[in-house]
Amino acid sequence: MGRFLVRRVAALVPTLFLVSILIFGLQQLLPGDPAVAMAGEDRDPASIAYLRAKFHLDDPIPVRYGWWLKGVLHGDLGDSVRIQEPVTKLIAEKLPVTLELAGLAMAIALTIGIGAGVVSAALRDTRWDYAVNLFALWGLSMPNFWLGILMILLFSVKLGWLPATGYVSPWDDLRGNLATMIMPAFVLGNAIAAVLMRHTRSAMLQVLSADYIRTARAKGLSARTVLLRHALRNALIPIITLGALEFGTLLSGAVLTEQVFSIPGFGKLIVDAVFNRDYSVVQGVVLFTATMYILLNLLADVAYFLVNPRMRT
Amino acid sequence: MTFRSRIGHAAVAVLLAAASFACAAQTLRIGLAEDPDVLDPTLARTFVGRLVFTATCDKLLDLDEKLGIVPQLATGYQWSPDFKALTLKLRPNVLFHDGEKMDAAAVKYSLERHKTMAGSNRRGELAPVTTIDVVDPLTVRLNLKEPFAPLLAVLADRAGMIVSPKAAQAAGDKFGAHPVCAGPFRFVERVAQDRIVFERFPQYWNRDAIHFDKVVFLPIVDSTVRLASLKSGQLDLIERLAPSDVKQVKSDSRFEVLRMVEIGYQGITINIGKGDMAQKNPLGRDPRVREAFELSLDRDAIVQVAMDGEAMPGNQWVAPTNSWYSRGDPIPKRDVNRAKALLKEAGVTNPSFTLVTPTTSDAQRLAQVVQAMAKEAGFDVKIQSTEFSTSLDMADKGQFEAYVLAWSGRSDPDGNLFSHLACKQPLNYSGTCDPQLEEAIQKQRATVEPAQRQKYFDQAAAVESKLRPILYLYHRHLLFAYTSRLVGLRPIPDGMVRIQGLRMK
Repeated sequence: MGRFLVRRVAALVPTLFLVSILIFGLQQLLPGDPAVAMAGEDRDPASIAYLRAKFHLDDPIPVRYGWWLKGVLHGDLGDSVRIQEPVTKLIAEKLPVTLELAGLAMAIALTIGIGAGVVSAALRDTRWDYAVNLFALWGLSMPNFWLGILMILLFSVKLGWLPATGYVSPWDDLRGNLATMIMPAFVLGNAIAAVLMRHTRSAMLQVLSADYIRTARAKGLSARTVLLRHALRNALIPIITLGALEFGTLLSGAVLTEQVFSIPGFGKLIVDAVFNRDYSVVQGVVLFTATMYILLNLLADVAYFLVNPRMRT
Repeated sequence: MTFRSRIGHAAVAVLLAAASFACAAQTLRIGLAEDPDVLDPTLARTFVGRLVFTATCDKLLDLDEKLGIVPQLATGYQWSPDFKALTLKLRPNVLFHDGEKMDAAAVKYSLERHKTMAGSNRRGELAPVTTIDVVDPLTVRLNLKEPFAPLLAVLADRAGMIVSPKAAQAAGDKFGAHPVCAGPFRFVERVAQDRIVFERFPQYWNRDAIHFDKVVFLPIVDSTVRLASLKSGQLDLIERLAPSDVKQVKSDSRFEVLRMVEIGYQGITINIGKGDMAQKNPLGRDPRVREAFELSLDRDAIVQVAMDGEAMPGNQWVAPTNSWYSRGDPIPKRDVNRAKALLKEAGVTNPSFTLVTPTTSDAQRLAQVVQAMAKEAGFDVKIQSTEFSTSLDMADKGQFEAYVLAWSGRSDPDGNLFSHLACKQPLNYSGTCDPQLEEAIQKQRATVEPAQRQKYFDQAAAVESKLRPILYLYHRHLLFAYTSRLVGLRPIPDGMVRIQGLRMK
């Protein structure tokens, strides 16, 4: 286990270095002069010149990358030029929101997705199976922003049960927080649940046809034990991978859902920053989420290691 | 429990409920269409930022419903006989949110900060001001290089916002993280993209006009969701109601709609002199082709289709309802036959050009309507939808033939004219540099006397309408929706919400 971890962590360093080059390099491909975009409606030439100097925009790209990397290595991701806040502060502000939204969405997705997948596999070709498949098809095909708006119109405007938009910190008001998060979390979780359900179903069907399951049944184990302890445990391996990838995607921000529900998370932050050419924010937030993504993959690998005994040999 | 005590308890409960309702009603919640930029009046750049400033930063002067100049931190002003100095008398006993006095020294500091701070976006607006003299603690004099008519309007916008020198010196370029001004509400907190909170400033000079304890600005980008938040009671007022939603809101007695014609414009900028594209472009090469293009367009129909009727057709940098509009240059009617004849005269058959348009839905709809209309006169218009920053960069480099571009507008017409059509100005994307137009533009800037200034605007309009570097098409309605319980909302065409006088019924 120790050697496995050391090997995987050592591989992180060159990966992150390449990621940082990629993030910086791709941003340079964005069309348009960032100083002009940042200078606002009036585009005062003196203001543009100031911005160019401040952000080293006249320096060659490798020199600019050097400036940025130096800051990153010192824990300084720069300041947002648009709102003049340090990027680290913005990340610290948005991270709990995004983590909470992603966590709730994943909880909903895992509960529905794995549950429905197991039911569908266990009751293959029955009405339950068809119903669950229909649900998955609905979840996959319903655009998030559309479902979000429909839910707002129903639960906020028509019934008045839930607030339409906004975010309340759970430390200030837990009930208010759940009231604001339940709709966006469901919208996000619903789509992921559909994907997880499809994968759980096919993994379960594969496992259920294996010899050791037949042996377990022949030993007289209950159907429940066979299904949940023997079949599901093995079927979970691809689901863990998928879950980690989906969670990583959620951490980089659920752009449309955050936009519809005005949840101040990473997605909104990145989109606004790209449109306003707020380079420090884009670079800082993308680097942070890429790092999170890589770490989650590492965690998934560790989870395989723990779930699958064959990997330990 | 006796019957009487039950009644008593019930009465207390009702009173408590009423009291809590009253408390809740004392917060004004405003839904914004986007998250504002930095809250420093010197550095700020966005329309929506100006909207937020009205809650916290009073200006030397303000505007009324007819765009007239009215006092705010200055109680009056006087021009010198040669119009090269403007003396402002300041309101006494005004305090900043940090308890410091707002006086002539503070005004001098703020204006000099606007003029000299690195990255200032007010520098250009105050460029004609050379020096600022403190005459006495309540009198300040602005000395100018030459007469500058738009100065009063400039001082009724961000350049006229006065900040606390003590707070600004302490915060340096981080002042925007915690602005300290002399407005009705003081800054409490900002969570980027979530909320900006202000609380009532008890020592505000005009405190009797303030009827809320708190103001919260909430950016909600999607107009449908912004409206849903208003309807669900989460907001009291929203800006930029979608034109397609006006009918729906008006049919609901719980809400009101405020409509006013913007001070800006929506138009098509044509590259007539910027880089190689000006000469490669059939519109840029020949004014007759531009005239034909204009005659192929029906502005009334464009407004109906692209804006659901929520705009006023126009043909100048100010709307026909503006007092500075040149009456001698009315909106031309659509005339497809004349357009075809002009193309024939110019020897151009089926002229083709690309119309660059930002990706906003109204700009796209406008481009499509223009494409269809111009086709009837023989034009082949290709639409190129481009993300805003990219399109701006193309315009800046002259890499376009025609460009759908809106301008949010300034209260003085010079703000819609000078930077856009005077030679070598930063927003002059069309590359216009016409001696007659230049002369008229420069003269109107230097003429404070209104009748004489109007003559120069008329001259500029006459030249511009023949040159056609910008085809002005319409002036959008600024649309606000708000709860019917809110009263006192004033239709001031700069689109800013004055909280003074606003209250809940």
